Amino acid sequence: MRKCLWLWGLLFFALGFAWSITAERNPCTERISGSAGDVLEDDPVGRLKVYVYELPSKYNKKILQKDPRCLSHMFAAEIFMHRFLLSSPVQTLNPEGADWFYTPIYATCDLTPTGLPLPFKSPRMVRSAIQLISSSWPYWNRTEGADHFFVVPHDFGAYFHYQEEKAIERGILPILRRATLVQTFGQRNHVCLNEGSITIPPYAPPQKMRARQIPPDTPRSIFVYFRGLFCDVNNDPEGGYYARGARAAVWENFKSNPLFDISTEHPTTYYEDMQRAIFCLCPLGWAPWSPRLVEAIVFGCIPVIIADDTVLPFADAIPWEEIGVFVAEEDVPKLDKILTSIPSHVILRKQRLLANPSMKRAMLFPQPTLPGDAFHQILNGLARKLPHPKSVYLKPGEKILNWTAGPITDLKPW
Amino acid sequence: MKLSALHQSYINRRTNSFRSSGPLDSSSDSAIKSPAAIFWLVFHALCCLISLLLGYRFSRLVFFFLFSTSSTNFYTSPFRSTAELVKTLDVHSVLSNNPVANLDLPLLNKTVTNSRVVVGRHGIRIRPWPHPDPVEVMKAHRIIEIVQKEQRSQFGIKNPRTVIVVTPTYVRTFQALHLTGVMHSLMLVPYDLVWIVVEAGGVSNETASLIAKSGLKTIHVGFNQRMPNSWEERHKLESKMRLRALRIIREKKLDGIVMFADDSNMHSMELFDEIQNVKWFGAVSVGILTHSVNTDEMADRKKDEEENPRMPVQGPACNASDMLAGWHTFNTLPFAGKSAVYIDDRATVLPRKLEWSGFVLNSRLLWKDSSDKPKWIKDIDMLNGDIESPLGLVNDPSVVEPLGNCGRQVLLWWLRVEARADSKFPPKWIIDPPLEITVPSKRTPWPDAPPELPANEKPAMGMQDPIVKHSTKRTSRSKHRSKRKHEPKTDTQVSTRHSEQS
Repeated sequence: MRKCLWLWGLLFFALGFAWSITAERNPCTERISGSAGDVLEDDPVGRLKVYVYELPSKYNKKILQKDPRCLSHMFAAEIFMHRFLLSSPVQTLNPEGADWFYTPIYATCDLTPTGLPLPFKSPRMVRSAIQLISSSWPYWNRTEGADHFFVVPHDFGAYFHYQEEKAIERGILPILRRATLVQTFGQRNHVCLNEGSITIPPYAPPQKMRARQIPPDTPRSIFVYFRGLFCDVNNDPEGGYYARGARAAVWENFKSNPLFDISTEHPTTYYEDMQRAIFCLCPLGWAPWSPRLVEAIVFGCIPVIIADDTVLPFADAIPWEEIGVFVAEEDVPKLDKILTSIPSHVILRKQRLLANPSMKRAMLFPQPTLPGDAFHQILNGLARKLPHPKSVYLKPGEKILNWTAGPITDLKPW
Repeated sequence: MKLSALHQSYINRRTNSFRSSGPLDSSSDSAIKSPAAIFWLVFHALCCLISLLLGYRFSRLVFFFLFSTSSTNFYTSPFRSTAELVKTLDVHSVLSNNPVANLDLPLLNKTVTNSRVVVGRHGIRIRPWPHPDPVEVMKAHRIIEIVQKEQRSQFGIKNPRTVIVVTPTYVRTFQALHLTGVMHSLMLVPYDLVWIVVEAGGVSNETASLIAKSGLKTIHVGFNQRMPNSWEERHKLESKMRLRALRIIREKKLDGIVMFADDSNMHSMELFDEIQNVKWFGAVSVGILTHSVNTDEMADRKKDEEENPRMPVQGPACNASDMLAGWHTFNTLPFAGKSAVYIDDRATVLPRKLEWSGFVLNSRLLWKDSSDKPKWIKDIDMLNGDIESPLGLVNDPSVVEPLGNCGRQVLLWWLRVEARADSKFPPKWIIDPPLEITVPSKRTPWPDAPPELPANEKPAMGMQDPIVKHSTKRTSRSKHRSKRKHEPKTDTQVSTRHSEQS
């Protein structure tokens, strides 16, 4: 009898000890349990195989050589994805056993002198690449691209245009209609977001951000922080077009409010300031996404997303509603009331979720790659779409895509 | 079609070129100029000219008014407006664009197939009074406080201990200056605090009223000896007073970290965070601020410094492996013979070898029957005589823990500044009765003084807000003394003043 008691006592003690240890380890972070469980920490290795096409270097390396700025701007994800796949265990050299096929085209690397990408030639480049792969390998024609994926991080994804109206008008490049697009753009019920696309965060330089960290006990004294344009004077002088008037509304309503540290200046302490702020505004610009979201997550500042119907990166893995604050564009004049009416325990919980290192890692594209980073999340997203439905495979001779659709300028050879 | 010509101007968007109000070259592509085309051309040119003058795209507005199908509010639409402004340029794209078809639907209609987000120009919503709302500002500040408290509890010191501060003081001119400084520093400390003030000459109302303003938990004790006039004696008496405070800690069994805050020292906030790390007995580096009065002292000192550069720091010295290796002390040799002897001397005041304020100890060291006390601590009651510094309490000085990054951070500064021996000051710094010393002004009335309003003086005399009014009182008084002879009008005021002065 006494031995039993002893055993039970020992068991309880051991359990309590183990519980206290695990509780001690992460006292200030909370694990994100999304709808699919701890999806952020899934390991894609072993769940999918990716075959990387060998394209001539005029599609990738030569372009990069011409302009190495492509490695540091916010569209650099396409280049780093290629490099990651080449060195990752998910890559397979046997195309017969591959689940997904990747085409390394650096479509957003044609930069103006000021560093903005000119996407005019991109449709032609993509067309010519696809023509190449469809003629050299049989895998494109097998499914007309349904098991291929492309990284298109430009403003409106595979529309290859920075103007929303033009982009909507042109539609997704016709030959990419069946492929999976990995893009930064995400907006619900928008023509530019294909069903089944994977939304990714824009590229933000991880080393630069890591180098500018300040001690975590520096008190957060800025209530709302934002640095950026409110009106695009060059392209939209009268206002109302840029950001659907939301940024201008933020400025007009809160420029005299001391709680809102907002301005168009470019301070050298931008990253440090974000770490001293509680809320960081992430309003839409010409497109609904922005690198501010990534910066806010990395620096522990709660993102306030002002972009109607936007789809945030990895939305199926990350419960954005619990981490960020969503404000409708029409509610911008009431922004201060909305933010102050959030109960303090909710704010503290959001900060704890943001402090979770797996959250921060999922937003970054580090070199060399780390487990749980954005590359792995993309692969996880691709793995979740497996296995391909039978309808993906076409019967021989069947053609769905219209190779001659689209504006005539796009059909010219590249 | 002229409309598409306008549309083409958007192509220049990204290239940052200055956009003219309309490409007039597009007219060249139409071969046959029908009257309608000519009319549109002229109209377009007119709109361009107007836009040039007014500075925005007038032609777009006109087309908008002619062709748009919805009601509009543009620019600064009032807060309650529900209709969003939609403006489309290209007429045929109005028909093909799906979202535009929803113009008739109410905007909050979230149907699955149609997006409620429309492309185009939107109004900029501004609320009726775009200024901070004080209620919201207060709520935001409360949120900031909560967030900072949480940060402190996560990243700051876990389980902070009470800080027990020991301050010896006595009533003198500079007491208010020094004690207020220490008091404000202690009020900012984010931990629990007990302030033991030991006063030489007994408990006085002066000191009591001063420390009552702090709102801190204080223990005000009197010491029945007056503060002597020489620095040597004063240091000895202060040591005795501090021992008295340590005995109080022992009697009351106060638990926490004991630090010595002399009333003329300056403490940084990091000091209070750093002393939380002490286990039993710690030492911090103290910056010694001595002010040299004579210039020839400077010349001497320069010579010395070339041979042996000195740092005005007292504190623990560490070796390469961050272990206590010795002590830095302030080099007093250059001041030998020239230092201040009496408290109001103008010469440099020198610190002791090791100041009390550079040491912190765990209050459990002082408890009588604490079982986990280390062996090297002496019992206070067993001391023969007085000790010069807390090192006298330990048998083995190597057990002292160097704090502040092994003594590399100077966390507090030592300074001794006192007034002349014969200096007087109004009790509690309230001027009542009026001061005896009045300096008559050189010229009356003051040339640049504003014209004196007679009604102002009477309340200025009676009330006890001293400092600001004092100067005006003086001038008015002196003014009136002379004015009395010239102006009979002021008789009434003079008479009242007479009564108050007597």
